[in-house]
Amino acid sequence: MGDFGALISGLPGAAAQGLIWGIMAIGVYITYKVLDVADLTVDGSICTGGATCIMLLMAGFSMPVALLGAFIAGCLAGLCTGIIHTFMGIPAILAGILTQLALYSVNLKIMGKANQPINASNYDLLVSLRNVKNVPIGQNTILITFVIVAILIGFLYWFFGTEFGSSIRASGANQAMCRAQGINVDFNTVFGLTVSNGIVAFSGALLAQYQGFADVNMGRGAIVIGLAAVVIGEAVFGKFSQNFAYKLSCVAIGSIIYYFVLQVVIWRGLDPQLLKMLSAIIVALFLAVPYWKGKYFKPHHKHANKPAVNTEEKGVNENATA
Amino acid sequence: MLQLKDISKTFNPGTVNEKVALNGLNLHIEKGDFITVIGGNGAGKSTMLNAIAGVWRPDEGQVIIDGIDVTHMPEHKRAKYLGRVFQDPMLGTAATMQIEENLALAIRRGKKRGLKWRITPAERKIYREKLAEFDLGLENRLTDKVGLLSGGQRQALTLLMATLQAPKLLLLDEHTAALDPKTAAKVLELTDKIVTESNLTTLMITHNMNDAIAHGNRLIMLSNGRIILDIKGEEKKSLTVEKLLAKFYEASGSSFADDSVLLSK
Repeated sequence: MGDFGALISGLPGAAAQGLIWGIMAIGVYITYKVLDVADLTVDGSICTGGATCIMLLMAGFSMPVALLGAFIAGCLAGLCTGIIHTFMGIPAILAGILTQLALYSVNLKIMGKANQPINASNYDLLVSLRNVKNVPIGQNTILITFVIVAILIGFLYWFFGTEFGSSIRASGANQAMCRAQGINVDFNTVFGLTVSNGIVAFSGALLAQYQGFADVNMGRGAIVIGLAAVVIGEAVFGKFSQNFAYKLSCVAIGSIIYYFVLQVVIWRGLDPQLLKMLSAIIVALFLAVPYWKGKYFKPHHKHANKPAVNTEEKGVNENATA
Repeated sequence: MLQLKDISKTFNPGTVNEKVALNGLNLHIEKGDFITVIGGNGAGKSTMLNAIAGVWRPDEGQVIIDGIDVTHMPEHKRAKYLGRVFQDPMLGTAATMQIEENLALAIRRGKKRGLKWRITPAERKIYREKLAEFDLGLENRLTDKVGLLSGGQRQALTLLMATLQAPKLLLLDEHTAALDPKTAAKVLELTDKIVTESNLTTLMITHNMNDAIAHGNRLIMLSNGRIILDIKGEEKKSLTVEKLLAKFYEASGSSFADDSVLLSK
């Protein structure tokens, strides 16, 4: 067991990483929760974003251009998955795997090699693991990523509240109803996948800057981390509000919790090689809980719901007899 | 208003599960018609509605709505002409969205969905008034998730969504079949009210002969993917279950025993 001070000193870094991965998790939330599609493209598109950003910065482009480039590259990846899924009729999960595999080659081509470092001393990076403590507040990575997350949540809250945005939410909720109401489900699904991967790639751009390099394997298991953030956030804070902005905030907080927990288990002496397995087990268990609840606690569940349903039905019946 | 010309549709062609669902079906609906549709299981009732709605394309034939050939128009584009209520109360509404959000999606059927806010205060007022007319206690629950509602309430809501923007044709696919008898009667009563008030052209499938006789100005019966009976005008008004069964026997001959047992009186 390490000493307590080591744990404390590691927490700011965990918070910064949690926030950066939180952006990715928000992208995952759009596909997994809003569209009801498990999109595995993210394992590839996060690296695409990192690689594009680093290469643009090294080619002398400004930070906004590099970030925008990363976002667009991610959008294109999501667009591919969307087209493979809708136009080519391949199940979403397989469409994502296909794009992800193709992106491995694309990412190597973007970088020209498997790992592309960028020196924080030579470039004016937006975020960096050097800037999590003892820096002026305007350069603090935690603060900067926090502001980015807040802006992103605000923007998505607005977007999914619009006519178009709510039709995308409906596409994930009930496709038959959408078609009957004149909503183009395929278009909305492609659009959602596109934006989601754009956000994921944007988070990849920040992650590559933060760790000082883009690596072709940096996205391995990203979908699991994203899902972990979604399910942890929902399990811990989900029941307090149905507000969309609140739910997105829960995802970001879930990601931070995930990195805090990671920090603690490493501090307790867990072999870091086991981390990915641990992540997978955590996600599997969290996802299994609702299923088990439905399967083994059904009578109890039914009881809890019944009075409410009955009173509602009574309203219908009374009117019918009147 | 609506024309179905020689519509044929075979499911799973060339396999052991091959099923001729529609077999050269012809139907001409006049504006203002309220047609009830009956027929045994597998007669092609729902298949006919799905052909109109564009769930799939027919193997042969044409679907014409108000002079426009929509045979190859995708389902979501055709939706601007059609209001639809399904048999399954879960299908017509989005459970995870609010009552008012569902209505806001429906009022924009056939219109461009842009970056304006999804719902306006003026609309909310309309929703509240319309729901109050339904007398289901939903007018004060606009922001409740639809998943909290009972089957009957969801079906009534779907009915409102289908008619919020008057459709050229209202398609009701056994929309009361999954409800308990009292709730079914209430939803049917609401249907009659809406159809009459807005003078909607309507096609209503039912498995209940009494309902088919009591509602609408025209009754058609399907068997083996064709219309075998088409009763309208005075004849429809004076129709009874006995007369209908007699006509059915006359029209379909030997298949009487197969089909009539599947129709409840």
